[in-house]
Amino acid sequence: MLPDEVLPDEVFPDEVFPVKWARRAVLLVLGLYFLLPLVAMLDFSTRGRGGQRDLSAWRAIGADSELLHAILVSVELAVLTALLMLLLLVPTMTWVHLRLPRLKRLIEALCLLPLVIPAIVLVVGIASLYSWVTYFLGDSPLTLTFVYVVLVLPYAYRAIESGLTAVDLRTLSEAARSLGASWPAVMLRVVLPNVRAAVLSAGLLAVALVLGEYTIASLLNFTTLQVDIALLGKRNAEISIAVSLAALLFAFALLLALSLAGARRRRSRGATPLALAAYQAENA
Amino acid sequence: MAVFLLYPTLTVVGGSFTTDDGSFTLGNVTAIFSSPYRESFLRSIELSALTAVIGAVVGAVLAWAVVAGRPDGLLRRFVTAAAGVLAQFGGVTLAFAFLATVGFEGLVTVVLRDSLGVDIAGTWIFELPGLALVYSYFQIPLMVLVFLPALDGLRPQWREAAQSLGGSAWTYLRLVAGPLLAPAFLGSMLLLFANAFSAYATAAALVSQGASIVPLQIRALQTGEVVLGQQNVGKALGLGMVVVVAVVLALYALLQRRTSRWLR
Repeated sequence: MLPDEVLPDEVFPDEVFPVKWARRAVLLVLGLYFLLPLVAMLDFSTRGRGGQRDLSAWRAIGADSELLHAILVSVELAVLTALLMLLLLVPTMTWVHLRLPRLKRLIEALCLLPLVIPAIVLVVGIASLYSWVTYFLGDSPLTLTFVYVVLVLPYAYRAIESGLTAVDLRTLSEAARSLGASWPAVMLRVVLPNVRAAVLSAGLLAVALVLGEYTIASLLNFTTLQVDIALLGKRNAEISIAVSLAALLFAFALLLALSLAGARRRRSRGATPLALAAYQAENA
Repeated sequence: MAVFLLYPTLTVVGGSFTTDDGSFTLGNVTAIFSSPYRESFLRSIELSALTAVIGAVVGAVLAWAVVAGRPDGLLRRFVTAAAGVLAQFGGVTLAFAFLATVGFEGLVTVVLRDSLGVDIAGTWIFELPGLALVYSYFQIPLMVLVFLPALDGLRPQWREAAQSLGGSAWTYLRLVAGPLLAPAFLGSMLLLFANAFSAYATAAALVSQGASIVPLQIRALQTGEVVLGQQNVGKALGLGMVVVVAVVLALYALLQRRTSRWLR
């Protein structure tokens, strides 16, 4: 898992303190610290009667229709949120980038505002609004999409922003316009292919955030994946821990895929895995 | 956008200053400075500060260990992806991971009890020390994510320059890297503070009864345990949280400007 050949042998030639070993020790100790709960979850979820191992908790996941429904709801929400967010953000940001650079500060402030307002506070203010939402749109959990779009804005904004600044959009679009392309054509055939990696990472990030969201869904009484895990925890700890582990591993696979895909597309500063760190830097 | 962000914010702000029947009052806001809400705020701040310091120190060390490897190496990708999951996705799942580890029947609890006869199970995991331990599972990864770009910004030439002038590694750390990284480090710590302060899911999944920190206090007020005449106290608490987070993030933005002068 930790390949030795990536360690530079001579970090400090005149080193008294053996940096290389210190580094390995740090990685080992913290690696264990972070792996321990995962191992414990695996152990806990496979505990059978009389000290034996069995997979009944894992099998029960498939048999729990309520849980499966919650998973479906969460996946639908994640996809809807990602699509709506992209539909909203990509054209707006491109337009601002190309035609209205003066509005950039305003859009940025607006997109980063949700960071200052904790989800728990947002839900307090939104609770009264939701009686209207359910009145007009029904009480489907999918109405959460709107709040979630607001919630993922800061992260998506940073991802798309880094994609847009990495290419010389102005020159490209002027070239396309002077060759007679309409604005929709510029959008679809010039801008979009160039910021594909950023759009992809913004989308995946939104998916991961929505799948992990608990605060708003639980306080507005909608049963999503995380809410159901928390409920299950009170009835059947083993199943809830099995689902938790599965969800964590799934999210990890998603982000690892994102990092590998980003690296293959573009090795420069635009959308490498480092960008992942950069836009998550604003997390609050 | 306006409906789902500005409206709730205005509701919170407006609600903080009105009574149940809609007239103006400062009662809600003064209420959050009295017991039990004052204690909740203090405990929240204590928890956030504690985990921010732990997270920042340990996370910085881990970031250093990771950044010394190849920038596109497998180790680094692995760690950033794992950190992304733990820092963002965590919440409820982390609470259960934690219960499986040191809960009453958790792996570590059982192993320690059977082999050493030490019983670590107890209610501490539902109180401040327990919350601090769980929180560190998302604070450390967040620090890694935030601090990595800063470490990347340190140019090898600077170290070589220090070395060629006869400086030891310690001199380099103390006189070059330290001062350069200090704003980034402090800024990240503020970010971690804000993150812990506004975290809700982990604590909510772990502590089902009672309310020790502000977000749980808001939950209690939100889910019906409302004393008449207090329904806007939750909004005032929310306003208090927004103010704390806004102050912290403003400081962060200031430090960020200082950092970006050197690290690009």
